[in-house]
Order: sequence, then structure tokens, then C-alpha cells
Amino acid sequence: MNRVKRTLAPYLLVLPGGLWLLLFFVVPMVTMLSLSLQQGDIINGYRFTGHWQNYVDAITDYRAQMIRSLVYGLVTTVALVVMSFPIAYWIAFYGGKKKSTYLFLLLLPFFVSFVLRTISWRQILTDDGMLLHPLKEAGLLSPGFHVLGTSYAVIFGLIYNFLPFMVLPIYVALERIDPRVVEAARDLYAAPMTVFRKVIFPLALPGVFAGVLMTFVPASSDYVNSAVLGSSGTTMIGQVIQAQALANSNYPMASALSFFLMAVLLSGILVYAKALGTEDVMNAAAR
Amino acid sequence: MSTQTVFKSDAPATPATAPRRRFRFGGEQAMFAYTWLIIAWLVLPIILMIIFGFNNPHGRYNQTWQGFTLKWYREVFSIGDLTSALVLSLVIAVVSALLAGALGTGIGYALGRYQFRGAGGLNFIMFTTISSPELIMGISLLTLFVSSGVGLGAVTITIAHVMFSISFVSTVVRARVITLDRSIEEAAADLGASPWTTFWKVTFPIILPAVFSGVLLAFALSIDDFVVTNFTAGTATTFPLWIWGATRVGLPPQVNVMGTLIFAAGILIAVITNLRSRAKTKQA
Amino acid sequence: MFPTNKPDPSLLRGLTQRRLGRRDALRLGGVSALGAFLAACGVQGKGTPQASVAPDAVDKFWSGKAKNGKVDFANWPLYMDPKKPELAKFTAKTGITVNYQEVIQEMGPWFAKVQPQLSAGQSIGFDLMVITNSIQFGQFRAGGFLAPLDHSKLPNYAANAAKSYAQEAFDPGNVFSIPWTSGITGIAYDIKKTGREITSLADLWDPKFKGKVGMFSDTQELANFGLLAAGLKPGDSDEAAWKKAAEKLKQQKSAGMVRNYYDQSYVDALGKGEVWLTQAWSGDIFQKNVSDGTDFRFVIPAEGGTIWTDNMTIPITAANPVDAIMLMDFFYEVENAATLAEYINYVCPVPAAQDQIKKDAAAATGEDKATLTGVANSPLVFPGAADYAKLHYYVDFNTAEEQQKFQSIFEPITLS
Repeated sequence: MNRVKRTLAPYLLVLPGGLWLLLFFVVPMVTMLSLSLQQGDIINGYRFTGHWQNYVDAITDYRAQMIRSLVYGLVTTVALVVMSFPIAYWIAFYGGKKKSTYLFLLLLPFFVSFVLRTISWRQILTDDGMLLHPLKEAGLLSPGFHVLGTSYAVIFGLIYNFLPFMVLPIYVALERIDPRVVEAARDLYAAPMTVFRKVIFPLALPGVFAGVLMTFVPASSDYVNSAVLGSSGTTMIGQVIQAQALANSNYPMASALSFFLMAVLLSGILVYAKALGTEDVMNAAAR
Repeated sequence: MSTQTVFKSDAPATPATAPRRRFRFGGEQAMFAYTWLIIAWLVLPIILMIIFGFNNPHGRYNQTWQGFTLKWYREVFSIGDLTSALVLSLVIAVVSALLAGALGTGIGYALGRYQFRGAGGLNFIMFTTISSPELIMGISLLTLFVSSGVGLGAVTITIAHVMFSISFVSTVVRARVITLDRSIEEAAADLGASPWTTFWKVTFPIILPAVFSGVLLAFALSIDDFVVTNFTAGTATTFPLWIWGATRVGLPPQVNVMGTLIFAAGILIAVITNLRSRAKTKQA
Repeated sequence: MFPTNKPDPSLLRGLTQRRLGRRDALRLGGVSALGAFLAACGVQGKGTPQASVAPDAVDKFWSGKAKNGKVDFANWPLYMDPKKPELAKFTAKTGITVNYQEVIQEMGPWFAKVQPQLSAGQSIGFDLMVITNSIQFGQFRAGGFLAPLDHSKLPNYAANAAKSYAQEAFDPGNVFSIPWTSGITGIAYDIKKTGREITSLADLWDPKFKGKVGMFSDTQELANFGLLAAGLKPGDSDEAAWKKAAEKLKQQKSAGMVRNYYDQSYVDALGKGEVWLTQAWSGDIFQKNVSDGTDFRFVIPAEGGTIWTDNMTIPITAANPVDAIMLMDFFYEVENAATLAEYINYVCPVPAAQDQIKKDAAAATGEDKATLTGVANSPLVFPGAADYAKLHYYVDFNTAEEQQKFQSIFEPITLS
């Protein structure tokens, strides 16, 4: 009696939530796949015809935006690793009793809506705004100079919005380092740089991995930063997908583009995981 | 945005077992200054948002400083549709946090406590929901709703928010359940408690803080969500969606005021939970 | 992709009704209502306007509907005095409260936003919406998403509207819509930045303004300026002409001229100095100057501009259609049409309003008097024959293929 209950229990516990995920995560992926192979239009309805042409069109028409998104995502991620490491390092090793205070300060932006934060930057950086206007008045910049609308502005926004996602996992990894390991290295007369390169950095790698995962994927598929801070020359693939779905009601094209994007990101992650070793992937996944 | 808050609740909770000895890796002062610089940079747009809630603009555009006023705090709810957007956001956040809390706790508990067929698959799905782009989740839900003829609105937004929150809740709960000392439960069972009683009287109180932080996390994810909501909303308007629409014609200062109030409330809750958990650790 | 055979006219009629929208549109593997799209194109088409609805459709929709005392109104920004004096007057007169929301920024996104609810037969939360005579107007019609209007409830419209509006190709006989206003697409500019008057489309291609030019993201708006700049007439353009126009627009873009492709947000961009000159809708600039004290100017380019009509329509799922149609008719009282035009400065569909505005001007003093006199004599509010000669309608389509071709030519410009 008890035995049966025990074997059934996990299934009963998992059932409602599992069904929810099945119905609203797995099934939608299937409908999206199906839609990506359909033809028709919004008024007459779409029919499944195994229409691979959608993918061909998606790739030929929007290759540039896809490449641009990956480049932005990559630049953002690399910049984030470089920028975040010293912060995580300092908090982990020098933060003392105030560690959680520092982490809290880094998380402050999350108490304000993502959209509002990005719009706030737009207000600061805008062509005749509080930052550029005085410089233009002083004649230091030409009247046509602008930051908004450039790739720099978009990447700036991406870095700003994703920075804490990189700092935290690296911090967690550094925090776990056993100080005795470092001491041992030093006792063996390793130079400080060598200690960092051979001991600390390798041990922080799982954190870097998790951080990259948490920033590269959302950064390359983002559309808010480019929409708010960018221009016609910075369109990212997310904006195209968004517009195809929410402006043109072209669901098959939006679906095909989404699968294309997912395939690219997934293969990127796999290659990356392979390079770092799968164990780290599992670690990152388990976290 | 979905991934952020795992750490929000987790990070401060990690035990501060820092290495006692300071590493001599040059430039401590430089790193200190740099960290503060970055924090200032992170906070700058928020300070601006707060300041411009006190601005007194003449026209439709709240862009340049034109004088101090408290008017917008008095009139914070004077824009009807903005207020109802905020209310809708709050309602959706509460409902989806509670639902995701219940469903996610079930999964998290099962995964932490039992070994069963399909656990691997479930783990995989949870990992995918956490790491897949919001854009893709939003658009796939849109295709599902649209192709099954379901109209969009508050209900579909809630469904979507529960979906992406479940995995976060169960991850948090699972982490707690794994570290649970099973001998306490066994002791209860030895004393004749039924499994049901054991769960509610012994296990549940222990994992309750994890459930609570999972629910808070789900609430935070929901109230700030823009991307998935944008795809599943139809004409329903949440706070972030209202802001998004209004930027094209100029944001009224009331948005700054509401943003400031939400910011303050969020910090207050975070500080209180933090203090409480600290007090508890001290007791124990 | 689409059938070329002409569908039976009675089928067409049937398909423009509610059944299609509710049941079939977008159902996976559902019965596809093939004729409906052709019907949609008939709306925009140059051919014979298609007989619109079954004779009893109006009765069917309106029977049993009663006044509920409230109406939810979806409109574009900058389309009414922010103090909403007309709505207050309407409420005082009828006891109906109006929930007025400026939620429409561009036609494509608006259609995409409400289409799922309309297809599911659910309320979109609005009883009255103002939509442009664009591609999406045809889609709204073809989907059966618009309620047929009961003209017995529109006496002021019958008495006061300009007669030409009953003959517009997108809705002959005003079966589903009556105009809110018409408007002109031209160029707005900040003379302090440009340093000279802007007069022609060529200015949008002037390297001097590199990165400071705004264009519309709506394909029909964008295409018209491309066509006119290339010396082509939108009215009788074909695929070859579209490709030429697209070339011209791509060249503008690759030269780095275009800051961005905008929806309603172009006004904001102009105000912030992000663009110095931009495609613009006539009345917006007037209002921006009035409300923010700016000094922007608007010009219909020498090569020509675009004229369009924004229309009041009732979604088929509206909860308060009677209240909505009362409000529609209210705006056709000469006085109300006049005060609306005085503020928004768009083309007024009520000719008699011109005299009313002159009267208001005579009664006013000082600055108001000058402004009102300006409005009464403005070619942007009451265009004369000579003005109309410079204005062009949107490109229209005979078939679904044509329309899709058009979209596929111009979409990649705005999305890259």
C-alpha cells in the first residue's frame, strides 16, 4: 500500500506542472515548427504544405540581420566577461563582510522595469540630450554627432542590461575556490599572474560558462535595445521576428526565422560546450 | 530577463565562506574604484528616472528639467489606463506567482526527493525553458494561441508567465530539498506519523523559505516581463506594455513616479527578507 | 499560392460576414475561405467595387442592441485635444462615458494585435476604432471583423459629410466606415537644424542631412515617397515601378541617410533632434507646435504627397455598438467637426465646418484669432482642387499576389 503510494507520489507531484510545461512550452514549439512549414495568409488561414521555401526566404532575406545579431551578441558577451571578472573577483576576495551588500547594489537595476531602464538611457544619450547638448553647445562636437542609432549604442545597452548575469555566476564560482589551493600554488613559488592563470581562472571557468550562456543567448535574440537605442542600420534578428509576427501577421515567416535563430544559437552553444568539456555544461545546467 | 533573478534570491543566500587570507593580486584599490564606478553606471538611469518624477514639464515631453514639483505624486493615479495597466500587472503577477509556486514546488520536491522515470527529461525541459530566448517562447505561444483560435488577453499572459516561472520555482525548491536531512522525516515516521502528516508538519515548514523565495522570484519575473507579454497580450495592456506604447508620444511623469514606487517597494521587500533570513541564521 | 479563379459573388458576400472571421480565419487546417482575400483586394482594387454585405446583415447586427452608457474608443495619438472637450460635451449630452485611448500607432501592429481576438469572436476591449484605408483595412473587411453600419443612426453624417467620401474605393457607400479625418503625408522639418526651407523629396536624399532623415515604416507610406521621388505615379504603378522605387529607397538607406523607419514615434524623434526632416502626417506637426512650443514646419513636397483617410469603424465583437455609432455621428455635427479640426488640423470631412471655424475666429481675439483664421484657410484642413492635384492615394492592388509582391519588395527595406 505504502509502496504503491511512494512510487506514484513523484508522478502525482510532477503531473500538474509537467502538464503545464508540456502544453505551453513543448506543444507551442511543435505548432511553431508546423507553422514554419505552412503557406497562406492571415485572412484565409495557413495550411500545412511542407513549405521549406519559408526557410530559404528567411535565410536569404535576413541573413545580414542574423549575422549582425550574432556579432552584437558575441561582442557583448566578450565585453561582459572582461568587465565582470574584476568585479566578481574583487567582491569574492575583498568584499569581506559586505559581499552581499555589493551584490545587492549590482542587482539594483532589476528593481526597475527593463523597458524603463533602457528608455532612460535613451533620454540620457539622445542627440540633443543632457549629455550631448552641452558638448555641442561648447562646440566640442558637430551638431550632427549622435550616439543613439549606432551599433555602439545598441551594444552599450546590451552590456548594461546583462552585466549582472555575468558578474553573479563568476562570483559564485570564485567564491567556491578553496583558499588552500591558492595558498598551495603560492607556496610553490608561483608568480601572482601564474596563480591567476593556472589556478584561479580555470576554477572560475564554470562560472564564466554559465555567465556566457545567460548573456549570449538573450543578447543575440534581444530586440528591445536595438529598437530603443538603435536605428535602421542596427536591426537585429529579434526585431525582424517581432515585426513579422506583430506587424505583418506573417506567422510562418516569423516561425521559420525563430527556428533558424534557435538552430544557430543551439549549435553555437554546443560547439562552445564541446570546447569547454561537457561536464561544465552539466554543472551549469544543474545550477 | 528571465534568468536574472535566480541569482537575485540565491546569491545573497550563499554562505559567505570567503577565503580569510587576501590574495595579493595587484591593484586592489583600482578594482575597488572600478567596482564602484560600475555600480554608479548601473544606477545612473534609475536616479534619472527618480529625479524626473519630480520634474514639472510644460508640454507633453518629460525630457529636460523644468522645475521641481510634487504634483505627480499627488496625481500618480490620474491617468486611468496607466493605472489599470499597473493593476493588471499586479494581478497577473500575484496569480501567476501563486500558480507557478504551487506547480513548481511539486516538481521541485519530486525531483529533489525521488528518483523516477522521466526525471531526466523533466530536468532537460526545465533547463531549456530557463535558457531559451524569451522571444522564441513568446512567439511559439502566440502561434499556439492563434492557431487554436484562442483570443489573447490577461488569461494568455498569465498562462505564459506561469510557464516560464515554473522552472525557476522548482529549481529553487529542488536545491533546498536535496540538502534536506532525511533523518528528521524518518524520525517522524518512526514516531508513527503518516507520510501526509510528516510532509505537512515536518518537511513543508523546512522547505517553506525556498517556496517563498520561489514565489517572490516568479512575482518579480512576471511584473517586469515585456517580451513574452508583448506576444501574448492582444489588446490587454500591462505596465511595461503601456510604457512601451507611450514612449512614442512621450512618457508622462506618472510613469517615473510609479517606477520609483515599485523600485522602493522592491528594495524594501528584499531588505526585509534578507534581514529576516539573517536573524534566522543567527538563531540557528 | 492563391487561386486565380473568380469566386461566386454570393460566396464573396457571404464571406465578408462574420462567419468567416469567427470560425475559419487562421484555424490550422481549417476550411480556407479562398475567396475572401480576393474580396479584400477588391476593396483596394480599381475594378468594380464589390457589393458589400448581404442586405439583412445590418439588421442582423443591430437588432436587439441597445445603448449601454459607455464606449471604449481606440484612436491614434495626436488626434484630439488632450483635454478632450468634445468627449466631455458628448457625455454631457448623452450620458455616455467615453474611455478614450491612444493605442494605435501603426496599422500593421494594430491589426496583428486585435486579429486573434476578432478571429476567436472575442471582444478587443474597444467599441470604436480609427483605422487607415491601408492594406489592413482590406484585411479587417475580408476577415469579417467590421460591423456593417446602420446609416439610419447616422443622420448628421448624411447631412454634413462631404459627398466624395461615399465613393472612396476602400469602402464604397460607407458600409463599414465613416471618416474620422483625412490627412496628408508630407515632410516635416526643424528649420533651425536644416538651415533652409525644405521643399522637395530630393531633400530627403541630400547628403547634407546624412543620418538625420526619418522615413515611415508602413510599406504603403514608404513606397509612395520612393515612387514619387523616382518620378513615378503611385496610382498606376506596377511591379517594375515598385522595384525602381525600392532601388531608390535602398540607395537612400545604404548612403546612411535614414536615421530610422518610424511609426507614430517620428514626432518624438523630431522633438529630440534625432531627425531634422522626416516623413510626417500633416496635423501632428501643428499640434506638436501648439503643445510644446516648437517651431517645426510641414510641407507638401513639390513632387507630390500622399492623401489617406482614417476611418471610424466598429469591431464586429463590440460590446457597446449603439453608443459607438452615436459617438460617430456626434462628430458630424458641424460644431464638433469644427472644434476637432481647430485643434488637430487634419483634413476635415465636414465642409460646413470651414464657415463655423471662421465664425469661431471672428469671435476670438489675439493669438487664438490668428490661429483659427489660419486653420480656416489652411490647405491642410480644407484642401482646394489645386492641392488635391498634388496628392496621391496609396498604391492599390488587384490581386492578392500583387499585394504580397508589393510587401515582399518593401518590407526588407524597413527591416534591415
